[in-house]
Formats: sequence, C-alpha cells, structure tokens
Amino acid sequence: MGMTITEKILASHSGRDKVVPGENVWVDVDVLMTHDVTGPGTISIFKKEFGENAKLWDSDKVVVIPDHYIFTNDQHAQRNVNFLREFVKDQQIQNYYDVGSSRYKGVCHVALPEEGFTRPGEVLFGTDSHTCTAGAFGEFATGIGNTDGAFIMGTGKLWVKVPSTMRFVFEGEMPEYLMAKDLILQIIGDIGVDGASYQTMEFAGDAVYSLNIEERMTLCNMVIEAGGKNGVIAPDKKTIDYVRARTNRTFTSIQNDEDAQFAFEKIYDVSKLLPLVAKPHSPENVEPAQNLSDVKVDRVYIGSCTGGKLTDFAAAAKILYGKKVAVDTFVVPATSDITKSLFETKIDGKSLHSIFQEAGCRIGNPSCGACLGGPDDTFGRLNGEEVCVSTTNRNFPGRMGSKKAQVYLASPLTAASTAVTGKITDPRKFL
Amino acid sequence: MQENKIIGRVYVVGDNVDTDQIIPAKHLVYDTHSPEERKLFGKYAMSGVPEEKSGLPNGGIKFVKEGEHKSEFTIIVADKNFGCGSSREHAPLALQVAGVTAVVAQSYARIFYRNSVDGGFLMPLESVENIHGFFATGDEVKIDLVANTIINPSAGKSFALRPIGDAAEIINAGGLFAYARQIGMIKTSEGSFGEAKSNV
Ligand code: SF4
Repeated sequence: MGMTITEKILASHSGRDKVVPGENVWVDVDVLMTHDVTGPGTISIFKKEFGENAKLWDSDKVVVIPDHYIFTNDQHAQRNVNFLREFVKDQQIQNYYDVGSSRYKGVCHVALPEEGFTRPGEVLFGTDSHTCTAGAFGEFATGIGNTDGAFIMGTGKLWVKVPSTMRFVFEGEMPEYLMAKDLILQIIGDIGVDGASYQTMEFAGDAVYSLNIEERMTLCNMVIEAGGKNGVIAPDKKTIDYVRARTNRTFTSIQNDEDAQFAFEKIYDVSKLLPLVAKPHSPENVEPAQNLSDVKVDRVYIGSCTGGKLTDFAAAAKILYGKKVAVDTFVVPATSDITKSLFETKIDGKSLHSIFQEAGCRIGNPSCGACLGGPDDTFGRLNGEEVCVSTTNRNFPGRMGSKKAQVYLASPLTAASTAVTGKITDPRKFL
Repeated sequence: MQENKIIGRVYVVGDNVDTDQIIPAKHLVYDTHSPEERKLFGKYAMSGVPEEKSGLPNGGIKFVKEGEHKSEFTIIVADKNFGCGSSREHAPLALQVAGVTAVVAQSYARIFYRNSVDGGFLMPLESVENIHGFFATGDEVKIDLVANTIINPSAGKSFALRPIGDAAEIINAGGLFAYARQIGMIKTSEGSFGEAKSNV
C-alpha cells in the first residue's frame, strides 16, 4: 500500500520507510516559526526547561516574525516585541523581521513564503494555528502551542500523530466570480468546523491547479477552520518556480503514491458553485451571498493571511475601480511587500492604491490588524455592535474585537461588492 | 502524577467553544511567566463566552467572579469541538490558572488537546456521548479515571468516558518535557534554571 504526500514527508523526517495514519512518530523539524503573541511564552518555556543560557538547536531554522500587535500603543504588546528582540540577539537569529526596520514584513504566514521559508517536502511548525497555510507548497505545516514550540527550540524534534488524508477535488474552469475563499467555505459548510479533525486536507483537481500560489495558500489557510491538522497541495511547476525564485536551498517535490489510501474523497464541479458567505458566529454557517442581499452592513474589512494578499486586493480593486464605497472599508495588506505592490500593480493604468483611495477606503499598515481584534486601538477593530463583512478566516464571537459585533466571512470580490452597496452583495452584480 | 479521582463543581458550556472565548485575544499580552500577570489569565478565563451560553442551561453565570482570578468551578463540561480556533496555549493555561483540573467534552480541536497534554495544564477527557445536557452549572460531580466515568449525583447518572489512549504516557508524566526526560530524550534535570547540561 502506498503513502500520501503527508505520510511520505512524515516518514522521511522520522527515519522510516513507512508510516501509517494513527501512529505517533518523532519528526525532525526543518523550520520553526514564532511571532510576537506566542513567541515570548515559547521562549520563557525554552529557558525554563533548557536553562537560561541554552542555545537553540539550530538558529538558522528558527524564523521570528512580529506581526500581530504592531501598530498599537499597548505597553504589554510593545514589551513582547522587545522580548523577541533580545532573544534573537542572544541567539543570533538572522531570520528576524524587526518592527520599525526596513526588514519589517507583517503577517507571518504570508511573509514565510515571500522570504523563501516554505519549501516542498519539508516539515514546518509554527506557534500559530494558520501555519497550515504553507501546505500550499507541498510541505507538512501545522500550528502548535508554546510548549511544543519550546520543545522544538531545544531539540529540533516533535512528536506527531500521523493523520489520514481527506481529498477534495475541484474540477472545471474557475468562473471569474469565484475565488479560493468560496471553495474553502463550501467545504467547511459541507463538513463542518470539526469535519477534518486530526486529518490532512488535500486539494487537487484542474481548478485548484489553475489557481495562483496566493489562492492556493487561501485554500490551505482555512484548513484549521474545519479542524484539519494540515492542508496540502501537490507541487506543480507554479509551486517550484515560486519557491526557486525565493530560496537557494534544495528541496524535494513529493507526490502521492499511485496507490495511496485516502480516508475520504469528494469531487466538486466549480461551475456549479456560488459565491459564499459564512454568517455569524461560525465559519460553517455558510450561505450563498445571493440569499443575504437584505443584510445591511456597517463595515467591510479586507485583510489578513486569508484575504490580504495581492490577489485579494487585485480582485477587490477590480470591483471598486471608479466606484465609491457606501460603508467604512478597511484595507490592510498582509505584508510590506504587498503594500509596495499596491502602488506597483495597476488596472487600466491606475494603481490599486489609488483605486482604493479614490473609492474612499482606509488603508492600514501591514499586520494582523483587526483580524483577531487585538488591543482596543487596533486599526479596523470592531468595538461595538458593527455588522462587518470580512475577508478574514474566523467569525467566532468577539474574534474581531467586540462580542456584540457580527462578522460575515466572504471572498474579496464579495466583500468589495458589499462595500459598494452597503448590503451583502453577490459579486456577479458587478462582473 | 494524576490522581485517580477528580471531584469538583462543573461549569457547563455548549459546542465549538473556541480559544477566543476561552481567553479573548486582547488579553494575550500578559507575561505567562510572571506570577502576578499570570493571575490575569485566570481573571479573564472564559470571559469571551457569550452571555446566554455562560454556564448552561440558563446562562448568565460568570465563570470567574468579578475581582477574582480563581473560579468556583474546577471542571468544565462541554459539547463537541472544545478549544477550536487559534493555537494559543494561553487557553489551557488560563483555565489552569482559574483552577480547572479537567475538561470533559465530546470532542476537542486538535491543538487545544495537544497543548493541554503537552503543557500538563489539565486533563482533556472525552465523553462517549454528548452529555452536557445532563449537567447543570454548579453540580458537584466525580470523575473516576480508573473506571473512565463521570458521575453526576444530581442527575443520578454516570456517563462513560473514552480511555485516554496514547496521550496517557505524557499526561501521567505531567507533560511533554517530563515525558521526554523520562524516556531519556532530554538530559537536563527538571526545573533547572541554570546552565543547560545537554540538549537532546
Ligand atoms: S492575519 Fe489573522 S489569522 Fe492570520 S496570523 Fe494574523 S491573526 Fe492569525
């Protein structure tokens, strides 16, 4: 019996010829990522357990990306970034992207690939649940807690229960009104927020391979919203070209064995799917946007590791070009590279940045922003009873700040269409 | 080492209680290793649970009383997918600081379960069936870890729990680091704040 991509990666990193779902193995870690919210706690545990002067197992394999609470006056948040600074200095970590420096990046899950840290066939852990985003590069990537992160810092290893793989195949040609966000919401609506618990979600099919890298990242990003352990997309030429352009390291592109076993398979015809929205307060609460046209909104938020990439802004700008927004609309690029691209990428000679400005959007600095609420002074944070359409990934009670707010999750196309009308709007209205 | 019996008053919640409800994101800034600031995690534990779902069946019961950081409830009973969402280890930590020793849910989100076990914060126990409707917030219950049951005298009923399975070795050791020392994977002695003798 053959193995899936995930099984093959876990086998090769635990020194085995073969692993089967359900068994526990100790794997060697290629990259460990941490950030300003979970980093300080992880570092404290590392010091407590391995000693004040202990050294990292390999400082080249640790990547530290402050991104969560950056543009805030919160004293505790600033102290956390200082804590990271001291640690990277002590440990001589080169892969650090300091706040206020020219190296500052923004949201870790988008910064990692931009900086060449996501490579096919590798094992990546991050002390953040959306680390699963990097499965788009054909690697094993998953989120862990501080204790596990600290354990890796000292040993370079972690135990993993080998997950079985669920396979989601999207066939057909992507209609222009659909985005990766609609595909993943469709799945979460179908299988529920715990439908993939402890399992791998693999995405395949010609529609998936027609997507660019950023869109593939969106698919894998929300695996955790279905309870999945990791997402994976087998690498193709687009993957390899993207990664090669950003790293000199060698890597191995891994595919499923022909006789690999899947725990589940579902095939979708993308021509039959609709733009979707997840209603408050759960990502599984999915409904076609067209059925919600009487829902009035106060705010639209376009940002985060899910919906704050260049492709997301290009899609939103396509709708907003030459129009005015009817409600407060916040645009928050995931990273500083994306901020730069907003000026460089043009539609009919006009930059995305100008399109957003002329439409009346408010453009923020690259960071997690209001995706997870954050300190009270966070840009775009929901502080009251707002109804918000957001391109982020979670609409749990209070996720974007206030417990009384209502968050509807949607694609950037749907979010931008909603910004124009002030009511939840299917993007086909403008395409 | 865990005791074989856990006795305490329960706090009952529903399904999909995510980590933002267990400890809202704005409280993640406190220092997890400062004894004073740590108390704040207890103070705000479960403060993100919507009012009507706070302490079922009736709701409206604060998990931690105003001005305190310890809860009168030491066991949480929940429906499925407890601890979904973010990977923040602050979630099981906040519950531990508030005094929780065990959670009994029908199922868990993976990272919360793992964090609870590896960090040795609390016992994440799974009920075989959905039992949260048989418990009212404030009931005094008994968990028997040998018989794998949770008994609610107020309801006059006992419910089966799933055996802990492969996590038992780590739970019994008291967390991942203690376990790794037991099997000789880490050679530093526990709680050594001084120099690291050797890694791995
Ligand atoms: S953008 Fe949102 S989901 Fe992504 S890492 Fe930041 S807080 Fe988490």
